[in-house]
Amino acid sequence: MDEIKKDLQNPSKATHQDYFGRTITYICIAFVGLLVISILYFITTRGIATFTANHVSLWKFLSGTNWNPGLLDKHGNPQIGALPMIVTSFSVTILAAVVATPFALGVALFMTEIAPEKGTKILQPVIELLVGIPSVVYGFIGLSVIVPLIRHTFGGTGFGILAGTLVLFVMVLPTITSLSVDSIKAVPMFYRSASLALGATRWQTIYKVVLRAATPGILTAVIFGMSRAFGEALAVQMVIGNAVLMPHGLLTPSSTLTSQLTTGIGNTTMGTLPNNALWSLALILLLMSLVFNILVRFIGKKGSLKK
Amino acid sequence: MNSKTSNNIATGVIYVLVAAVIGILVFLLGYILWTGIPHISGHFLTSAAQSFRAGGGVRDQLFNSLYLLVLTLIISFPIALGSGIYLSEYAPNNWFTSLIRTAVEVLSSLPSVVVGLFGYLLFVIQFNMGFSILAGAIALTFFNLPLLTRSIEESLQDVSQLQREAGLSLGLSRWKTITGIVLPAAVPGILTGIILSAGRVFGEAAALIYTAGQSAPTVNYGDWNPADPASFLNPLRPAETLAVHIWKLNTEGVTPDAAAISSGASAVLIVVILLFNLLARMLGNWMYKKMTATR
Repeated sequence: MDEIKKDLQNPSKATHQDYFGRTITYICIAFVGLLVISILYFITTRGIATFTANHVSLWKFLSGTNWNPGLLDKHGNPQIGALPMIVTSFSVTILAAVVATPFALGVALFMTEIAPEKGTKILQPVIELLVGIPSVVYGFIGLSVIVPLIRHTFGGTGFGILAGTLVLFVMVLPTITSLSVDSIKAVPMFYRSASLALGATRWQTIYKVVLRAATPGILTAVIFGMSRAFGEALAVQMVIGNAVLMPHGLLTPSSTLTSQLTTGIGNTTMGTLPNNALWSLALILLLMSLVFNILVRFIGKKGSLKK
Repeated sequence: MNSKTSNNIATGVIYVLVAAVIGILVFLLGYILWTGIPHISGHFLTSAAQSFRAGGGVRDQLFNSLYLLVLTLIISFPIALGSGIYLSEYAPNNWFTSLIRTAVEVLSSLPSVVVGLFGYLLFVIQFNMGFSILAGAIALTFFNLPLLTRSIEESLQDVSQLQREAGLSLGLSRWKTITGIVLPAAVPGILTGIILSAGRVFGEAAALIYTAGQSAPTVNYGDWNPADPASFLNPLRPAETLAVHIWKLNTEGVTPDAAAISSGASAVLIVVILLFNLLARMLGNWMYKKMTATR
């Protein structure tokens, strides 16, 4: 009797198993959460040390144009103006997205509207291969093909924003394309049928109906592409020239946040001002990545409200 | 311009854009393989790198890349599997789950250089590990986790809800249903995800420069004791990978034949990644055929 009572009132073996399994998955997910929190925490505390420990004003950091963290200027202030890098980072990101979007949309429309079966069969592997090529290889090709090409065509050293843009454009192309394909595919078929039934041509349908309906998704795709371009380090670092100067055009060598980080961290000592300033650059990268994330979310919400 | 003409023009433009993209890919692959393959030889793959003389190989870098890949997968797969199962099977639809999902998204969109710097800060400096394979593998795990988690979650989601209901109605616990029914059915998708993520890990360099380091000390390939500093299995030695090697040769290297070595190394990198992609595709198709009635 007691045995039955015990069996009925206590959790069974299967329940224990479930608790066990559930706990394992909870631990795993907690680890991921903890990881994100600690990345945010560590980078932030390091990044704000420039302003809290070294008392550099945030505004000077963001608006100054002289980057020479080891030296003082004539007023005795450290020369850490990150503006050149911020400007360069944004220029290559925006330019790369501007160049890549038409190509990405063309490919996406081909895969969804013009030749869905054949197009997907050929272009899906193309996109996957473009994603698969490592960033150092992109950088190497940029260095050995694009930089000399620019040098011969326009003169100068060939290093600079133009070279960075051309390399990044290929790198963000697959991201923008595959996300655009998803959002165009999500446009209901009857939108197209209705438009075609009214006598619209295929292009009119694409331009006036499909692309309009897919706009939030395409914007999201472009922002994801920009976020990849903004954070890309090595490929850009190899072709941008790495001179911390305010960019005067597309052809002068300059430096992005990421390229300055990769070259600088190894040459500075932990805890000194030059090092702290670099961590502040990392903090800007981190914050921008969060901003891109929030933008995507915002657009997603706006887009879904309209339906 | 009437609508027919503009339709034709637009279609033409789209064809041109598509051709351009295919052309870019063909050029990239062609260039790497054309310039790189002639440099790949038995000697190139089996001799150590040279800093100041021509004729060095990539033996150590190639091994380091593979070793790092294996370590990374060993660390990241169990965690990603657990998280994937949680998100797909256990996660209730509430604010906590959406917070976790946001965290995974944020992690996946973080620039790899930031992830690498975090690894540098925490492991190389705070935990005093120095530049080591282990620190590199952990940094790559951080980089790999969100992508792998998401692909595992998606493969689990693809398993039909009926299969879960069938398991539960037989009186199995949730956990038993997952490990006995859902997981085996999701294996093809999970395997494909792992192989594709392996390709990404293999080519990653930005997260490694300041974690696994930029030097490849000579190691003894006959020494199988992982605790020995000279052993090739020792996880606490610095290890420059193939991708880092290419970067270093082209930025601060003084090797006279840097261009030749980088094209050879790039070709090796690309060939390995192509093989990964091919393997993922073939394995996926084969498993799919084997586990379903498709012919």
